[in-house]
Amino acid sequence: MEKIPILRMGEFLLVTIQVDMHDRLAMALQDDLTNRISETGAHGVLIDISSLEIVDSFIGRMLGNIAAMSRVLDAETVVVGMRPAVAITLVELGMSLTGVRTALNVDAGMDLLRASLNGSRETLYGSRFN
Amino acid sequence: MAVVSTETVPVASEPDIVAVRRRVREVSIRLGFSLVDQTKVVTAASELARNTLIHGGGGSMELVVLNGPRTGLKLTFADNGPGIADIQLALRDGFTTGNGLGLGLGGAKRLVNEFEVSSQPGEGTKVSVVRWK
Repeated sequence: MEKIPILRMGEFLLVTIQVDMHDRLAMALQDDLTNRISETGAHGVLIDISSLEIVDSFIGRMLGNIAAMSRVLDAETVVVGMRPAVAITLVELGMSLTGVRTALNVDAGMDLLRASLNGSRETLYGSRFN
Repeated sequence: MAVVSTETVPVASEPDIVAVRRRVREVSIRLGFSLVDQTKVVTAASELARNTLIHGGGGSMELVVLNGPRTGLKLTFADNGPGIADIQLALRDGFTTGNGLGLGLGGAKRLVNEFEVSSQPGEGTKVSVVRWK
């Protein structure tokens, strides 16, 4: 069966969705990613959807599930690269992707993950400037 | 309104939903739909095809190109499934008999210009939508 590759980049996992996924492939990605977070102890997941021509309610739900499951496993998810036409359609469809953090591109998403990782470490251990 | 072309695409498996999306996109590009309109009609088709498969047990999509004062794409999804007992309820956001979000039917309606459902319990469901250029 075809699979969507999950790349490890330091503390983060990167997924680039480049195919028009059928529903089972989307479900498989959700499972694979959850397993990889727990295996690697990754603290962040970047999902690049810039190749996706549509996001329907099924894919939208998958993104929401991934964000929720990764949060439970102590990882932040950022969805990056959504096309403007997809954003317009998704909102009109009635999905606002509540609980899913987004950024315009991979670089911005990476910055967001690093910032939130540093932020949570400072909250835990106190600011290193004190 | 003249019918320019008619074709039927099966909706019997998950890969068929992908095929429906691809075909609707190809035709909407050929008709000169804007990128946003292409995205809306393809997304609506994806939601309706999934309904046909999951709730209707499979069926088909008829794709009709309309031409007259305006150009349009009419998609009719038909199945022989259990039908919808209460169409108003089925259109409401959040209502679902499956395990989805309940956005399929109502969401698809918002993405098109014309929307019609006909269904009787035990006699299947037919959903017709039109997106004008």
